This record gives sequence, C-alpha cells and structure tokens, in this order.
Amino acid sequence: MTEAIQEKKFEIAQQSGTSAFSTSSTKEARKEFATLELPTTRMEAWKYTRLAKLKRANLRISDEETVSRELIKEKLVPGIEGSVLVFVNGFFQESLSEIQAESALSITACSNADQLLQFETVRPNEADFFDTMNQAYATDGVELHVRKGETAGQVVQCLFLTVGNEYYAGVRNSIHIESGAAAEFIFLYDSEKSEQCLNHSLTNIQVDQQATLTLNLIQNSDPQGFCVNRSYVSQARDSKFSINTITLDGLLVRNDLFIRVDGSNAETHLNGAYILKGKQHVDNHTTVDHRVAHCESNELYKGVMDEESTAVFNGKVFVRQDAQKINAFQSNGNVLLSDSATVNSKPELEIYADDVKCSHGSTTGQLDEEAVFYLRARGLSEKSARSLMVSAFIGEVLDQLGNEELHSHIYTLLERKYAWVL
Amino acid sequence: MGYTEHELAKDLENQEYKYGFTTNIESDKAPKGLNEDIIRFISAKKNEPEWLLEFRLKSFQIWKTMKEPEWAHVKYEKPDFQDIIYYSAPKQTKKYESWDDVDPELKETMNKLGISMEEQQRLTGVAVDFVMDSVSVATSFKEKLKELGIIFCSFSEAVQEHPELVRKYLGTVVPSTDNFYAALNSAVFSDGSFCYIPKGVKCPMELSTYFRINEGGTGQFERTLVVADESSYVSYLEGCTAPQRDENQLHAAVVELIALDQAEIKYSTVQNWYPGDKEGKGGVYNFVTKRGMCGYRSKISWTQVETGSAVTWKYPSCILKGDYSVGEFYSVAVTNNFQQADTGTKMIHLGKHTKSTIISKGISAGQSQNSYRGLVQIHKNAEHARNFSQCDSLLMTDICGAHTFPYIECKNSTAKIEHEATTSKIGEDQIFYCLQRGIGEEQAIGLIVNGYCKEVLNQLPMEFAVEAQKLLAISLEGSVG
Repeated sequence: MTEAIQEKKFEIAQQSGTSAFSTSSTKEARKEFATLELPTTRMEAWKYTRLAKLKRANLRISDEETVSRELIKEKLVPGIEGSVLVFVNGFFQESLSEIQAESALSITACSNADQLLQFETVRPNEADFFDTMNQAYATDGVELHVRKGETAGQVVQCLFLTVGNEYYAGVRNSIHIESGAAAEFIFLYDSEKSEQCLNHSLTNIQVDQQATLTLNLIQNSDPQGFCVNRSYVSQARDSKFSINTITLDGLLVRNDLFIRVDGSNAETHLNGAYILKGKQHVDNHTTVDHRVAHCESNELYKGVMDEESTAVFNGKVFVRQDAQKINAFQSNGNVLLSDSATVNSKPELEIYADDVKCSHGSTTGQLDEEAVFYLRARGLSEKSARSLMVSAFIGEVLDQLGNEELHSHIYTLLERKYAWVL
Repeated sequence: MGYTEHELAKDLENQEYKYGFTTNIESDKAPKGLNEDIIRFISAKKNEPEWLLEFRLKSFQIWKTMKEPEWAHVKYEKPDFQDIIYYSAPKQTKKYESWDDVDPELKETMNKLGISMEEQQRLTGVAVDFVMDSVSVATSFKEKLKELGIIFCSFSEAVQEHPELVRKYLGTVVPSTDNFYAALNSAVFSDGSFCYIPKGVKCPMELSTYFRINEGGTGQFERTLVVADESSYVSYLEGCTAPQRDENQLHAAVVELIALDQAEIKYSTVQNWYPGDKEGKGGVYNFVTKRGMCGYRSKISWTQVETGSAVTWKYPSCILKGDYSVGEFYSVAVTNNFQQADTGTKMIHLGKHTKSTIISKGISAGQSQNSYRGLVQIHKNAEHARNFSQCDSLLMTDICGAHTFPYIECKNSTAKIEHEATTSKIGEDQIFYCLQRGIGEEQAIGLIVNGYCKEVLNQLPMEFAVEAQKLLAISLEGSVG
C-alpha cells in the first residue's frame, strides 16, 4: 500500500500500512498539514534556521529496513543495565528491544495517539508545522509511566535509529512521573548508513508533585541527517526536572523545549552542549514558563563550533505576574574555532513580577591563546592543548550528567569524532 | 566652554537688537491626509530644490508598499495616517497670558528640576519680555560657531544654504527603505537640524545650549543630520528635561550621524514627552530611527534618558564600518503608569578591531512594560571585534514588566562578545538601611535609582546630568510598590 499525501511543497509518502496511529485525529491532522507551509526565516522562531535542505528531501515512511542486534549493541550506552526500546525509522522493533518488567515502571511501546496528546502545555495556539506533521505521520512511540511514590530501578534507553536514505522517522512519546516517584531515561537519536532522513520526535512530559525526572537526549545522527525534537513539559509542585541535550552530530538539528512550571517550589535544570563541525547547523530553543511563585530554573548551554558550522541558541524565561520569588538563571557560552563558523545567540527574559532574581549571560569568543601557550610550554602538543581546552569548556555541561556511564560514553564518542588527545 | 547663560545675557543687553523681528509666515495648514499633492505642497512651502522633492516622493512610494511593524513588545492603537496634518506653519506659541496662568503643577515640576525662571517661562510659552529672547541668543551662538566654520542651522535653512552637503549625506545612513516610519519621515519631514563640523575642528560648546533655545516648533516629523568631518568633535544634546506638552500624538523622527575618519560624535537625548495620564489615556507615540555611521578610528556615543512618551520605539544604532571605530550606547529608560518602551540599540561590526559598549538600564513602575531589544552583529571580516553589553532591569511594582530581547550574531571567530542581563527589584535591605538613617522611602528610592543609573548619567553633559537625576526621581514619584 502506498499512500502519498500531496502538499504544495512538502510531501511525505507512506509505504507501509502498519501504522499504529491511524485514528480519526490522524486523518484530520493530515488534512491540516496539507494546508501548512514549511516555516521560513521570516518567522521569529526560525529566524536563523533555513529548512531549504529539508524541503528538498523526498521523505517517505516505511518499515522495510532492518538492522542487526550487534549494531544496536554498538549504539547503546555501555554498562547500563535496563530496558532497551529500539525504533528503526520510526517503527518499534520488538525483536531488538528488551523490556524488563518492573512494578514501579510501566513501559508501553506503540501507544495510542490521542492518549499521548492529552497534556495541555505551553503549545502555541496556531497550528505548528512540526507538531501537525508529527500528529499526522508519527508511526510509533513509547509511553513511560512511573507509579506513585516509587523509584524506577533501571535507566531505560530508547534508541531512535534512522537507517537508509530519505525516510521520515516520526515518533511520539509520553512520560508521566506520578507524585513522589523518580526516574531517569536516556533517549538516543542515532543513524546508520543513512542520509537525508528526518528523525522527528515529540515528547509530552508530566512531572507530578514531588516527582523527579532526569531526561538525557543524545543526538548523534549522521552528518547528513535531520533531527527535529520537541518536548512539552509540565511540572507540578515540589517537582524536579532535569534535561540534558547533547548534540554531537547531524546536518540540521532543531530542539524545542517548552517547560511549564505549574507548581510552586519546583526546580528545573536545562543543560545543553553542542559540538559541531562541517556544515552542521544546530538550533536550540528553550522556553521556561514560570507561572507560580517560589521556583527555580537553571539553564546552561555551551557549544563549540568548527569549520562552517552554525549554532543557534534562543532561551526564553517567562515570569508571569503573580510568580514572585523566582530565581531564573540562563547562560550561553560559545567558542568559535574557525573563521567560517557562526553563532546566533538570543537569551530572552520576559518578566511580569517584581520580586524575582533573573539573569542571563551570553559570551562568544575563541580559545585563549595565552592558555594554549601555557599548555604548550608544558610540553603539550598544539592539538592536545586545544582539545584539552575545548573539553574543559564543554566539560562544565557534561559534568552535569549524573550518569557516569553516559558521561564516559559521550567522551568516547567525542574522541572518536574529533580524535581528541586527552 | 567658559561662556555661561548669564554672561551671554549681559552681552546681549549691550548689543543692538538686530533680529528683533520675526517674519510672520502665513499661518497656513495643509489639509488632513497624505498623498503626493501634500508632499508637493510641503516641498513648495519650503522652497525646496527638485532633488529633495524627488527624494520625498520616492520615499512616499516606498512607504506605501510597507506595513507598520508589529514585532515590538508594545500594544497601542495604530495611528490613522490620513488623519494627520502633515504641514502647519510654525506659530508663535503664547499659550499663557501671564505667569500666573500657568498650571501650578507644571511650575512645581520645573522648580524641582532646577530650571531657571527664564527658561521656565520660555518653556511654558509665556510671553517673555526680557533679554533672554530666543532668536538673538541663538544668533550670537551661531556667530561664534561660524568663526570656526561650523554649520549649525535648521534643516530647511541647510537645504537652502548648503544643498551640496545635505544632498551628499541625506539618507545615506537611514535610507528611505529602512523601515515604515523612516520612509514616512523621509516623505513628509517638516524640519529639524543640520550640523556640520569641518575637518579638525573641535566644537567648543555643547550644541545643546543652542538647541534648547531653538527647539520649539520643530514638529512631529523631525529630521536631524550631523556630519563630523575628519578628526572633528561635537557633542550634541536634543530634547530637554522639562515636561513637553505636545499636541501631536505621533512622532516619527529620523536622526543620521556621520562620523568621518577619526571624528567623534557624542549624541545625548533627554526625552520627557507627555506620557499620558494615570489611566493610560493619551500620550505621545515616539517612533524614532537613529543611526550613526563610523569611519576609520571614529567614535559615536549615544546617551539617552527616556522618561516620557506613552509608547517608545527607538533603537539608536552604530554601523562600525571603519577599522578601529567605536560605538557606545548608554541608556536609561523609565516607564511608569501605562507607559510602554521598547528600546535598545544595534551595533553592526563591519570593520576590524571595532569596539562597542552597551549599557542599558530599564526601570519599570506602575503597570508599565519596559523592553530592551538589541542586536550585536559581527560580520565575517570584523576581525578582533569586541562587544560588551549589560542590560539591567529594575522592577518597582508587581504588575509591571521588564523584558530583554538581545540578538547576538557572530560570524567571526576572533570576536569577543559578552552579554549579561539581570532583572530584580530594589533590595529591601537597601531601603531598610536608608530608613534607619532617617532617609524617607521616596528619597531612598530616588537615591538607589540614581546609583543604579550612574553609569549612564555620568555620560551626560554636566548640567543635564543634574537635571536628569532629578527627573528620574520625579518620574518615579508615588510609584513605590
């Protein structure tokens, strides 16, 4: 069965009929999607990100590609015991996954579309291109649910893999941490022998009272891949939410993070690192919406750009009128290693309450030549001196990762990619 | 400068009253609305050369294709451009018959500002009988400037007397295509000021002094052009601290600064137009385009103290084209009651070793909204560019808003950019400290706010710094949350 949806300039063809999400809302979304245009740089949220390359790709949906067990093992974070869910081109692979049953945590793959969309979040009012696209074409997804008062005994890894050329891999996930519960998850976005694929994921997250969630997003797709990732988070009273977004590879990566803090005394931590080269383009947009008093948010994004890469950072902190006693910090640091690299940084504050402490900082610069000289004088090669400085710079973010296995895995990936001599 | 107002007054007493008459221009007004005929009418009234009329008409064509910008963080009722009178001959403003008729509230404000009696009377438009007559004072300053070859006159005068200079520089920094309001201004500008400082000349006085006297009636579509030739220096101040009761709701001015090689321009603004009443009714819309072009080793410094206007939309910018050029922006923006301000700067680094500094202090009180919006752009060839930005916001009540929208775009790896912003309210411990020492709450707030704005106020010419300080205290009166 081949289903092609004609859209003025953007088209996704569906070749396999085994979509779990063929409900009436999907059909409606497809209709709506057909009327939408790809965002352009004239839109404020896409000012610095051109989607022309994505427009040229002839995306299709298919479950025909398969991968081996060995490859999956290679892609996972070594040393972490726990459930593994594998998605290839947006389709859940039961045979490659391993779900360890646990009373505290329920893991359901292939969830129902409507259920996953239940959370009302800070979603923009008007129809969003990528939200609608996900609603219309996402094939599978995972639902992670931690029961009241319990702590998940494992770190679940979800691997979203693209294999082959020009596939649309759409997933929609949902995470719900009930009150007093705690968990940590790792979402890996990777690819194998793949070009021009769109790895598209939409995640709805709800963190209830006194619950704790740590979510790690590791993006390491091929240098010709597209990755669009959006998370809608809502936090209740006394909850703690941390998200670490580490981008190591990908031609065009866009991350949107909408966090709505609905309960007082909640804590939010956003950490991000991006290490780019070639013609990569990474765009991180974050919104923290403080709606109630006595909350704290910390944001730290750091990036290193080499060759002709481009990084975009747009952080926004909202403090609503009655949300007093908010402490919100936002920091963005960038190092440019080459003359052709570009960085666009836009840290924003929108504050409607007076008794707050909010600040942001943004720096752009290069490696300190004096520091490099210092290291050189102590016998380090030029290359190792520079990589030491870069890793120290990025290290501030990576050290925020509480998970040791993940921490060392990322360093391994970086060493592999940049041949760092450490 | 060594030449005070009082000395001047004495000088003038001994002098023949040369220009004691004023030409009574027929008090004709153009009909309401905007079309090509109106523009031709304005141009003809001013006896403008053909090229300027063409400039106006072309701008009008461009304006017609443009849409009113909506990206600023302000909400207001859009003006009806067909309901404005675009030309009305300057009239003698004698609003009051005698000093006793003047609104006592206004008098009190001016006393607090420490404005001299003469000036108070002039500002309120009371018929002034004594020596401080604006025309003659202006003329005397003008002669002093003339000796040095400095041209400083109204824009219309410059068009008549120095058309070659005006033609060469008009629209080079802010082209008509720049934005909606710049296009509108280019089509219908009424008058403004023109200033040219010749090579190597250091202007001996703050041009403010003259400006303060001559400012009345420049109209709502003002055009200012300042050209500092190689190695020259000028300090220029526009506006004044006294409250301006203006009938025009919409103000769309354009200011162009050109600093040629090694020149320096210091441009200070104090703006205190009618901000509307306490319920947020009325008030001036201030939509201004200000930009400067920097040549080799030149410097442009913008300083602004913005306390008035209902809606402000203003971004004094620097294009750092020449190598080693420097751009500075110092701003204090105070909003109270229902005022809205969206202000900031653009620093465009094109040349090598260019430097820019941005210090912005926003104070919001009442139910106002105060935004900083800035752009720092480092172009590919701007090697070793340096920027430092600091944007602080102070919130006085729990129902006002303070926002920061900085855009930082860097395309060169040798650039160093720093940006920091903080938002907070006045520390309770600071107020407590003052109260303990017998300083009342209002005074304490004035003290703290002044300390907070010091970095910017220090950049103002002396006499204005003092007034601006008092102005801040007055603007925030009764705003303690």
